[in-house]
Amino acid sequence: MTAYLRAAANVLVHVPDLVRYGSKPWREAARNNQAPNEVFTDLRSFEDAVAYPPNQAFIGNLPPENLGEIQAPWYENPLAGASPDGVFGEILPQDSFYALIEAADQFGLIMLDRERFVPGDVGSESAAALLDREKPRKKYKQEEISGHIERGEALPLFQGGDLIGCVRRDHESDESLDARILLENLAAKASGGYALSRLLDQEGIAPEQVEYVISCSEEAVGDRYNRGGGNLAKAIAEMAGCANAAGVDVKSFCAAPIYALVHAAALIEAGVVGNAVVVGGGSMAKLGMKAYFHLEKEIPVLEDVLGGVAFFLTKNPEDGPRVNLEIAGRHTAGKPSTPQGLAEALVRDPLARAGRKIASVDKYAVELHNPEIMLPAGAGDVAAANYRMLAALAVMGGEIAREEIPDFVETHGMPGFAPTQGHIPAGVPFLGHALERMRVGRLGSTMVVAKGSLFLGRMSRQADGASVLIEA
Amino acid sequence: MDLENQAAIKSIADEVGSENLMVVLGMPGEGLRLAVETLTTGDPSWAGPLAGVSLGLPVFHILEEKVRAQVPEDVYAEKLLMMEMVLDLPQIESDLASMRAAG
Repeated sequence: MTAYLRAAANVLVHVPDLVRYGSKPWREAARNNQAPNEVFTDLRSFEDAVAYPPNQAFIGNLPPENLGEIQAPWYENPLAGASPDGVFGEILPQDSFYALIEAADQFGLIMLDRERFVPGDVGSESAAALLDREKPRKKYKQEEISGHIERGEALPLFQGGDLIGCVRRDHESDESLDARILLENLAAKASGGYALSRLLDQEGIAPEQVEYVISCSEEAVGDRYNRGGGNLAKAIAEMAGCANAAGVDVKSFCAAPIYALVHAAALIEAGVVGNAVVVGGGSMAKLGMKAYFHLEKEIPVLEDVLGGVAFFLTKNPEDGPRVNLEIAGRHTAGKPSTPQGLAEALVRDPLARAGRKIASVDKYAVELHNPEIMLPAGAGDVAAANYRMLAALAVMGGEIAREEIPDFVETHGMPGFAPTQGHIPAGVPFLGHALERMRVGRLGSTMVVAKGSLFLGRMSRQADGASVLIEA
Repeated sequence: MDLENQAAIKSIADEVGSENLMVVLGMPGEGLRLAVETLTTGDPSWAGPLAGVSLGLPVFHILEEKVRAQVPEDVYAEKLLMMEMVLDLPQIESDLASMRAAG
């Protein structure tokens, strides 16, 4: 049995008023004794986020390669006539997202003041499908919301300068059920559900057809006895109406989406399920992660969006791009966690085992972090460095000459275009572009490659990574 | 230079004395000048453990000619050769030379 990659969807959610709850802004505000309504109050508009060229590349309206032709800085060169509706994705405004996180919440954690918060027309059929409009929502009063906030039991939610509600904790002493943690988890669930809903709409797949959902989201969902207990996948499946789907989470920092694709394809090949969805919700913790570098250099805060991705894999119909599990790279515990050790294990070795050369893959999809976000923070151009690594491996293998490195990078690579949402930039945002190109015979193969920083969790000094080849 | 690395280097310097310590960096070019400044005159961002601490450590990069010449060939081929082609070596060498000249 072969697993085919039938569809991909990428979504962005513009949440300027949640940037203050990103990990870095939150810690800085605490250090400076600033209240939530005093920081990050005037960020870019929804229209500016929509017209931002990398965001248009993310939802499929612009080939990533074309970013190289747009004058930098890209934030000063918005795309005229840009639409929030993309070829394989869309961008949702904040007020609609608040309605989504309210729908994602089954425990009365999100308390919205319906007199002050009247969400506009959702403007997205995929988001609207998630809102259970028949279900009566409790209308909270401003005094009740303020009371929770003043007693330190809840975080305020803002729309512009207006306090429109709050998210409350669900246990007085359990840090895993703290208001900000629950908001992180609900944001991942709602953005993941949104990506899944878009995927199903886009491809005309009924939610009930989905058999299995694997979440590669990063949040540690659980309580004090099982932090990170998980299965956000099943919560997302339920939200998107996938009543016949079971689910499970796959985690390995930023490498998780690739593992999830490999696991989903393997379950299909083994005949366990006939189809499976891989879904990744957005990471609120990473909002504004590098914002202080940007503010210092008078650059707008660009980390004001949550990302979401979803992929549909199936055994039928038996045509189209397939996941080639014979060429799936893994980095074993005995391998050095050097950039070279990772690149060899993830790219050179699996290709060599199949008798293939590095240059035989048409396009590589590596960590596609937007360089305009990374460079001002001194973090380098991650995508460009990764493409140079693959080119260097090709030189070491005698495939190309050293002088041909720039040509290799140009031919097999692309500029980074994804927001710095951890697992979201991990190669997979290119898959929507790859599928479009494969359908019209303009691309033969792409290898998605991602690495994970295991050392961040302090349980090992190793790095990790995974890769897999998708072929027309 | 991140706070954990600053703390680790400060702790080693406290233990063995900064006169007995040198640092060999492996980082890409972008953060190199800041790292050298942090390890010599102190953390310019005043955020980390080396804020206001001038260790004056000698700082090298693993890919500088005189350092890499001391790495056994097989180890170099296994761990460093690829990065030599990835990083902008002339830039790294000229950055270090100019910072050393400026003292």
